[in-house]
Amino acid sequence: MKHYWLKIEVIFLVLVLIMPGNTLARVYEFELDNGLKLLVKKDHRAPVVVTQVWYKVGGSYEYDGITGISHALEHMMFKGTEKFPLGEFSRVISENGGRDNAFTGPDYTTYFQTLEKTRLPISFELEADRMRYLTLSNEEFIKEIEVVKEERRWRTEDNPQSFLYETAKATAFQTSPYRFPVVGWMQDLSSMTIDDLSSWYEKWYAPNNATVVVVGDVDPYHVYALAYKYFSPLPAGKPIKINEQKEVPQQGTKRITVKRPAELPSIMMVYKTPVIKPKDKNQTEYDWEPYALEVLAGILDGGNSARIASRLVRGNEVAAGASASYQIASRLDNLFTLSGTPAEGKSIQELEVAFRNEILDLQTHLVSDEELQRVKAQVISADVYEKDSVFYQAMIIGILETIGLSWDLADVYVDRIKSVTNEQVLVVAKKYLIDDRLTVADLHPLPTKDKSSKIRSAIKGNTRAH
Amino acid sequence: MRISIIFFFIIFYANIVLASPNIEYWITSAGAEVYYVHAPELPMVDIQIIFDAGSSRDEDALGIAMLTNSLLADGANGDDADKISNDFESLGAIYAADIGYDSASLQLRSLTESELLKSAIVNLKKVLSAPDFPTDALERRQSQMLIGIKAKKQSPAAIAKDAFMKATYQSHPYAKPSEGTETSVKAINRKDIISFYKKHYTAKNSMIAIVGAVSHELAKQISEDISAGFQDGEKASSIRAVENLEEPQSIFIEYPSAQTHILVGQPGMKRGDSDYFSLYVGNHILGGGGMVSRLFEEVREKRGLSYSAYSYFSPMLFKGPFTAGLQTKTDQADEATSVLLENIKNYIEQGPTEEELIAAKKNIIGGYPLRIDSNSKILNYVVVIGYYKLPLDYLETFNNNVEAVTIESIKDAFKRRLSPDKLVMVKVGTPSNKKSED
Repeated sequence: MKHYWLKIEVIFLVLVLIMPGNTLARVYEFELDNGLKLLVKKDHRAPVVVTQVWYKVGGSYEYDGITGISHALEHMMFKGTEKFPLGEFSRVISENGGRDNAFTGPDYTTYFQTLEKTRLPISFELEADRMRYLTLSNEEFIKEIEVVKEERRWRTEDNPQSFLYETAKATAFQTSPYRFPVVGWMQDLSSMTIDDLSSWYEKWYAPNNATVVVVGDVDPYHVYALAYKYFSPLPAGKPIKINEQKEVPQQGTKRITVKRPAELPSIMMVYKTPVIKPKDKNQTEYDWEPYALEVLAGILDGGNSARIASRLVRGNEVAAGASASYQIASRLDNLFTLSGTPAEGKSIQELEVAFRNEILDLQTHLVSDEELQRVKAQVISADVYEKDSVFYQAMIIGILETIGLSWDLADVYVDRIKSVTNEQVLVVAKKYLIDDRLTVADLHPLPTKDKSSKIRSAIKGNTRAH
Repeated sequence: MRISIIFFFIIFYANIVLASPNIEYWITSAGAEVYYVHAPELPMVDIQIIFDAGSSRDEDALGIAMLTNSLLADGANGDDADKISNDFESLGAIYAADIGYDSASLQLRSLTESELLKSAIVNLKKVLSAPDFPTDALERRQSQMLIGIKAKKQSPAAIAKDAFMKATYQSHPYAKPSEGTETSVKAINRKDIISFYKKHYTAKNSMIAIVGAVSHELAKQISEDISAGFQDGEKASSIRAVENLEEPQSIFIEYPSAQTHILVGQPGMKRGDSDYFSLYVGNHILGGGGMVSRLFEEVREKRGLSYSAYSYFSPMLFKGPFTAGLQTKTDQADEATSVLLENIKNYIEQGPTEEELIAAKKNIIGGYPLRIDSNSKILNYVVVIGYYKLPLDYLETFNNNVEAVTIESIKDAFKRRLSPDKLVMVKVGTPSNKKSED
């Protein structure tokens, strides 16, 4: 299905646990005169190639009144250019046996094609063309923005968990642009115009703001020659000034209640936490805190033997399901999230107490060596498992590069995780998982049906398809 | 919460020309069938064990197949869930259990480093052959399933799906959700679980798929070792086939959502169906081809009515459903439904154009390498080929079979297999007199 912006957040949560390291396969790095960056990684297991074009723009580059514009533009990128008019892009890829799609996240907008390896020039030709020459017709926009609104209704409005997450983020962040939903607020979608999209496209879609990632059964120098042919004629865009939008320090716990039609109560506790900083790349002296937080998340939720499963779901059976996740890699500081649904007969208050007890335990007792070893073993094996997918390998390179780190961070990731100590886990628990960094969002279910109504009709008979 | 349905959502497509994985087949001395593909590139292996123990086997104890499957690793040979899961995870291994209508499965993903793999397999064997089904674990799983049932009730998509399956399959087991009902789940006891396990988790009801960097000899050893612990017992008797619907049904379920979810369909085809290729290629054009299909074009691209608009066949052991659907804001639900039904009906009557058929074949055939470009994808094919007894050269011959499909064969198959005057239609949303706001 086209344009799955939310899915990417899910992939991202997985990514933080299993980012690769000790990558033996080298990444070949090239840059064209117009500023386009090309990163190529060989994987000869199958005769396929994945191309991903990453633009440094997304929900976190937006501001009040125009939220959702990056994602709306992503939809419009499939609406044609002069050379490849409406419908041609997907038709050409499809006829070549390919799959193509796109996704938008807070920090990036990404377009991709997967093809049999000899067809790489097709994706380069199409992507180069729409990087600068998108048509942006108002007639198409008027229909497409309705599709985007349907997407918002489907993913967020009618999904209590997504709605809770959106609210938790919007409450936790006061000045950071991570408070905006990637799909945008409904009223911003309603007031968006084709002119807004044109200026957004002009500003961000240029070779100097893009990274092309290619992974597959290819020769990197041949890929460079192709990239030169298709992308180097494109003019560079103006340099872009980006205002720093740091989150102001929080001064106490924030609490919010969300009331939605639902059957199950749930709770989300988000703590503001740091991410890996760009200065850390290629240095032996690096900030170990993000890696310690990563291990901490694994101690809580790295599998069925981790503390949440063994203590909260089994153990005292306070949660029917619960999870912990930490976002280690993003452009700006992000969140450590605990979320869960209480077990039958338990309340969200009891679940919150249970979560808090787990945090307190981490702040006051060293995690055991066995737990630490388990998390490390999982990271080491995940580093192998993730190579089963060329797409995923390209994702990691693209994300790291686009958020201002570097693809080679992946090479040191496993080693840095391996060097985390029990003391470091305790230190980050005490420093970051504290009330002054916390926002608690509770979902209070409203009835999903009027008491009077049930299945309204079950008409059998002559209902012809019409 | 495990409410996924393994085979149900896999619309199986495949094909040829380029090197296809070489599937080796044997039967272990205990009677388990084994399908093995050597994939030496990465130091990892996937082992999946499938039993004819899916929720179609629930009979009156709805939910028992899912409960049994989820309880296997909750206690075995005296070890509790903490110990068992830690024994996998401290090796970097991943254990997963899953349930569908047609089968139950267990999967192990491990590194192939000898000591790690050996220990993971010992643990897997324990889970498979000596589950304890502890009472406290049973109660916890039951309670989690009840929460899972509630969770579905807050998803208009899930409500629609359940109602659709119920209407489409009536008294056939496919009509019942794998997680059962509140009443049925509460009524299941430990004795029921043990007898379900003994009856269904037998060598003769099993199949083992192995894909990864293990040699033929090692794969043989592993399969012998694992299956030696399986229960004795007879192959399960067959379930009755799905009947076609005699009349159309239209169901509306009120739910306070911004969108109305619409599903239409009827029983479609089974695995290994004689019309498989005509229906598969034909549906690719109608609503299966992702961003290039009639439904996507008519519903989304031309009219902006829905984020997704699709149709698909889910081939199963018996006729799995043909389903078409979309979601749209309530005040345009009627318009969207008309467009959806009109297009399905026209397609059944007129079939595709020559141009559409050529384009679809190019996509399916040209995309062959993408379908087998990872161990995970190969494993999925191997499981389907083995479990549903498709020919071992299924992948090699797939493209030829796709190539052989014609406009006439599509029209003929769609006309015989789908009846627009007997469609099930389910709508879930706000009644049109109570329209929701933007």
